[in-house]
Amino acid sequence: MSGSSGDAGSDSAGGAGNGSGDGADRRPSKGADVCVIGSGPAGTLIANELAGKGHDVVVLEAGPRFDFDSRPERMERAIRPSHSNDSVWGMGGERDAFSASGERYYPLNAARAKGVGGSTLRWQGMVMRLHEADFERRTRDGVGADWPLSYGDLQPYYARAERELGVAGAADNPFAPPREQPAPLPAFDPSYSDAIFAEACERLGVTTHSVSNARNSESYDGRSACVGYGTCQPVCPSGAKYDASTHAEKAERKGGRVIDRAPVQRLETDASGTRVERAIYATPDGEHSQKARQFVVACGGVETPRLLLLSESEDHPEGLANSSGAVGKYFMDHLFAGTGGTLDRETGQNHIGFITSETHQFYDEPGQGTNGAGGGIPAWEGNGRKGDLGPIKLEFLNYAGPSPVGSALGSEQWGDELLSSLRSEYGGHIAMGGLVGQLPRAEHRIALDRSTTDDQGNPVPDIQWSIDDRTKRTLERANGIQRAILEELGVDISWSVGPAETGPAYHHMGTTRMGTDPATSVVDARLRTHDVANLTLASSSVFPTSGAMNPTLTIAALALKAAAHLDRDL
Amino acid sequence: MELTRRDTLVAAAGTGVSVGGVALSIAHSEPGREVSGSASTAGAGKGVDEGLPAMFVAVARAIYPDRVEGIGELVRTYVAEQFGADGEKVEFRRTATRETARELDELAATRHDASVVDLDPETVSTLLREVGADVAEPDPSGTFAQRLRLYVVNELHYALYTSPTGGKLVGIENPIGHPGGARSYKRGPSA
Repeated sequence: MSGSSGDAGSDSAGGAGNGSGDGADRRPSKGADVCVIGSGPAGTLIANELAGKGHDVVVLEAGPRFDFDSRPERMERAIRPSHSNDSVWGMGGERDAFSASGERYYPLNAARAKGVGGSTLRWQGMVMRLHEADFERRTRDGVGADWPLSYGDLQPYYARAERELGVAGAADNPFAPPREQPAPLPAFDPSYSDAIFAEACERLGVTTHSVSNARNSESYDGRSACVGYGTCQPVCPSGAKYDASTHAEKAERKGGRVIDRAPVQRLETDASGTRVERAIYATPDGEHSQKARQFVVACGGVETPRLLLLSESEDHPEGLANSSGAVGKYFMDHLFAGTGGTLDRETGQNHIGFITSETHQFYDEPGQGTNGAGGGIPAWEGNGRKGDLGPIKLEFLNYAGPSPVGSALGSEQWGDELLSSLRSEYGGHIAMGGLVGQLPRAEHRIALDRSTTDDQGNPVPDIQWSIDDRTKRTLERANGIQRAILEELGVDISWSVGPAETGPAYHHMGTTRMGTDPATSVVDARLRTHDVANLTLASSSVFPTSGAMNPTLTIAALALKAAAHLDRDL
Repeated sequence: MELTRRDTLVAAAGTGVSVGGVALSIAHSEPGREVSGSASTAGAGKGVDEGLPAMFVAVARAIYPDRVEGIGELVRTYVAEQFGADGEKVEFRRTATRETARELDELAATRHDASVVDLDPETVSTLLREVGADVAEPDPSGTFAQRLRLYVVNELHYALYTSPTGGKLVGIENPIGHPGGARSYKRGPSA
C-alpha cells in the first residue's frame, strides 16, 4: 500500500522552470568541514556546536524554511477540518510517498514534517531521560540488546540537552534516573484534572509527579512563555514549544549555512570506499554536490536508513555502511495505550495541549502491584518472567474529549441547538494515555520499494512493521492499570485503546543500531559508522532498544556527544 | 453574553493578522444598523468590499446562539482582519469567499427576492439548511454547500468558538486556538 496522498502545498512547491524564485543561494559551500543532512534537533544541535567551535558547517534540509509568522494560519489549518493534518506542514504528495507492506499499516506522514526544524515543528515536546535499565535490557531482562554506553556516559549530555532545548521540569519524580542539577525552567504546575487523578492514585498507592516539557514555563532563550493556544501538536504559534529551527538559526548566526529544499539523493565515497566524499543533493535550481571532511546524517529513523540504502555502490552493494546488513532492520516504535470516559463533574479539559502529570511507577517494574489506603493495582498475573513485560509510561491527559471549536466545526447544528450540544459534550471527560515500547526484531524494517518512486525518482521507503506479543501484553497491562485508576475515580469508562486499536507514537527507532560489533550493528557508541570513517549517524535510528520514554531528549544528548567527538576529529 | 472588544481583537489576532487601526476604529465606532444592504464601510479592510462583512453578520445572526451580543462588532472586525491583509493566500481566500457569498446572495434573490443581508435570521438559517450547508463537509473545491460550509459557516464558528466569550458560553475559559495564557488549566470550574 502506498501513501502518497496529501497536499504538499505552497511550502514545498519548487519554483517553476529554472529556479525556486526565492533568491536563495543553494550552491554548495567550498571547503566545508562538515556536511549535516537533516535539520531536526540532532542535525541542528551538531551544526550549532561545530559552527560555534569555528568549523565550516553546511546543513542540507529536504524541506523548506517555514516563515514563523505563518504559524497562526497553520494552527487554523490544524483546527479546521477542511484541511488534513498533513497539510499543516505541507506533508504529502509525491515528495513524501511511502509504502507500508508489513502486516500492520504504518501511517508515516501523519506525524512527520520536512523543513528547517524537522518533525519537532509538530512534536508534542515531551522530554524524558531514559532509565538506567533501558541501556541494559539484555543484561537485566534477557531480551533486546544492551547499548554500548551507559546512562552514566550519557548523563552529562542529558543535562546539556535540557539546557539547549529549554526543559521545564522538577525533581519530584521518584522513579527518574539520577540527575545532577535542576532543569533550567520550573515545571508547569499540575492541572485541575491532575489533582482529581492524584487523589485516586494516592488511594491506590500510585505516585504521580510532574512532566518534563520542552516548552517554556517562562521566557527562555529568546522565546516566549507558553500562552496556551492549546495546539502544541501539530503547531505552536507562539514558539514557546522548542523546535529545532532554534538551533538552525543559532548555527547560522555562528557562520553555518542551512540550505533548504535540498533533498540529498545519495552519498558517494572516495576511491577507497572508506570515506564519504560528497553528498549529491537536488534543489529547485538543479542538482549539486557538497564535499566535506565529515558527514552527519540526521534524518530520523526512516529517511536515515533510506539514504544509506539509496547510496549503494560497487564498494557498498547492500547500501552504505551496511556490511552488517542491519541498515533498515530492527525498526521500533512506541505504542499508545489509552482509557477514558466521563465523570459526573467538570474536569477542565482542553485549556492546554500538553501533559502536566504522569506516573513512571510502572516503568522499571511494569508488573508490580500497589497498595494504598483504598486498595491497589493488582500485580500482573502473567508468567512473571523478566522481560515478559516492557516498560510502561503512564500519562494523565489534559485534553480528553472534544474541544468546543472542533465540535462546532464538525457539527450539523448551529445556534442555540449547537451551543446546547457543545455544553453537554464538554465538561466531564477524563482520560489516561501511555506509551509502551517494542523490542528490536529484524523483520520490522525500513526497506526500499523499488516499484514506487518519489518526486526525485528515488525508490520510496517501505515500512514493514507489526506488533509483537510482548508489546501486546504490555499494552494490556497498561490498560489494566488505567482502568483501575479510572474505576477508583468513578469514571464511566467509554473507550479504550489497547492491542487491537493501538497506533504508533511516531518515534522511529532502531534502523541503524548502535553497538560494539561491526557484524551486528551500524554505528559505534560515538555514532560513527563502523564501515565509513567520516560518517556519523545522529538519530533515534541508532537506539538499540526503545524504552518507553519519548526519544527526543536522548536524540539530543547523543547528538551533543557526537558533536564533541567530531570537534576533536576536526 | 456580550462579545467584548478583546474577543474581537483576539479572534482576529488568532488568524495571524496583526490587529491594527482598522480594528480599533471599529471598536470605537457605533455599529448602527448592522444588518443592512447598505452596510457601513467600517470593518471592510483592504480588498474587502462592503457587502462581505454585512453578509457575514447576517449569517452570524442566523447561526450564533441567541445570547451572543455584539455580533456585528465581532464579525466585522474578524472579516476585516481575516481578509484585509495582503498576500497570495489571503487573496485566494478572499476571492473564494466573495464568490461563495455572491452565490448565496443570488440564491436568496431567487428564493426570497432579497439580499441575504435583508433577510431575518430565521430565513437565513432555513436557506442555509435548504442548501445543505449544515450537513456538508467543508471542501474548498467542492459543491456550493461544501464551500458555503467552509468559507462562511465554519469561518464564523471558528471566530466565535476560539474567542474567550465563545469558550465561556460552552464552559471553557481558554478555548483551543485562543492564547489565553497558561493559568486557567489549573483552576477548577468554580474558580
